[in-house]
Amino acid sequence: MHRTGELYGQFQTLEQQKESATFGMWIFLVTEVLFFGGMFLTYTINRHEYFTAFGVGSNTLDITLGTANTIVLIMSSFTMAMAVWSAQTAKKKLVPLFLILTLALGCVFLGIKFVEYKQKFDHHLIPGRGFDVSYCISNPASCGLQGKALEEERAEVEKAFTSDPDTNSHAQLYFSLYFAMTGLHALHMIVGAGLIIWLIKVSLRGRFTPQYNTPVEIVGLYWHFVDIVWIYLFPLLYLIDRHR
Amino acid sequence: MPEHSEHIVSPKIYLTIFIALIIGTSLTTWAAFQNFGPFNIVIALAIATAKATLVVLFFMHARYSERRTRLVIICAIFWLAIMLALTLSDYQTRQPRMSRLVAPVAFYRA
Repeated sequence: MHRTGELYGQFQTLEQQKESATFGMWIFLVTEVLFFGGMFLTYTINRHEYFTAFGVGSNTLDITLGTANTIVLIMSSFTMAMAVWSAQTAKKKLVPLFLILTLALGCVFLGIKFVEYKQKFDHHLIPGRGFDVSYCISNPASCGLQGKALEEERAEVEKAFTSDPDTNSHAQLYFSLYFAMTGLHALHMIVGAGLIIWLIKVSLRGRFTPQYNTPVEIVGLYWHFVDIVWIYLFPLLYLIDRHR
Repeated sequence: MPEHSEHIVSPKIYLTIFIALIIGTSLTTWAAFQNFGPFNIVIALAIATAKATLVVLFFMHARYSERRTRLVIICAIFWLAIMLALTLSDYQTRQPRMSRLVAPVAFYRA
């Protein structure tokens, strides 16, 4: 393709090129909003119908890990924003530094997510034949449950079964949505991490300048969008009915 | 379209927004453990929306972007609202309610 420096042939100025790219990214993000929106809608309908079962499922999630992950992701959004600022203000050395920080925080997020998924596997909370929402009550030792926590968990699950005898299949619905939504979110994180690796490579060659930093800017938009999805996922999945 | 000169957001603003987001996260976690009855979900979503707004306005530079970009953001919210409002009103007004259409327990155990 014909280009002069960083300016591609179909554009007249770098500014016009940047505006077009940013506009295109926003359009893409609109489609992403509706894509995730469909899942949030499915979640809302089912949560409304099976509130107790969703509460039981939500209370099995580790709130410490969930909160930690939220903070990690917000931090990564901040470092991403700082990477954009470094490129805009010609701090060439800082761009790869902030990008590497962003990538590292993204990896921490995925690592914590892995620990959480592993725990759900161990506790028989993967939708399918082996799913058993009462597993931790019948095998408290393998879930590390004892004393007051065990009594509370037992009371909660038993109460759920009295109000909804089909709690086991409805909790499965909760976990199907949990894995679909967090899985899709994690997939977006992995794609984002790949894009950031590419940005790091380019930025190490000092290519991003105040005149040309469109890639950092639009990958940043994507990364912040993924952050927003998590900002909604966290209260909806982790914080249902915690006050019981 | 007037010539658009790039607005550079200062690290100070980014840091302020970052701190606000952390406070929002603590607030929503705290609120989840209080009993506000039916308002728990309202509070959780209000805090999430406030956080998302801060991210869009400052981290994503929407506050400093041209009107065309703002229009795209408003379109996203508008179409999402159509999808949510119409589907939910359908589910809310349907008889019999969805829960009665669920297959018997035996189906899942088979």
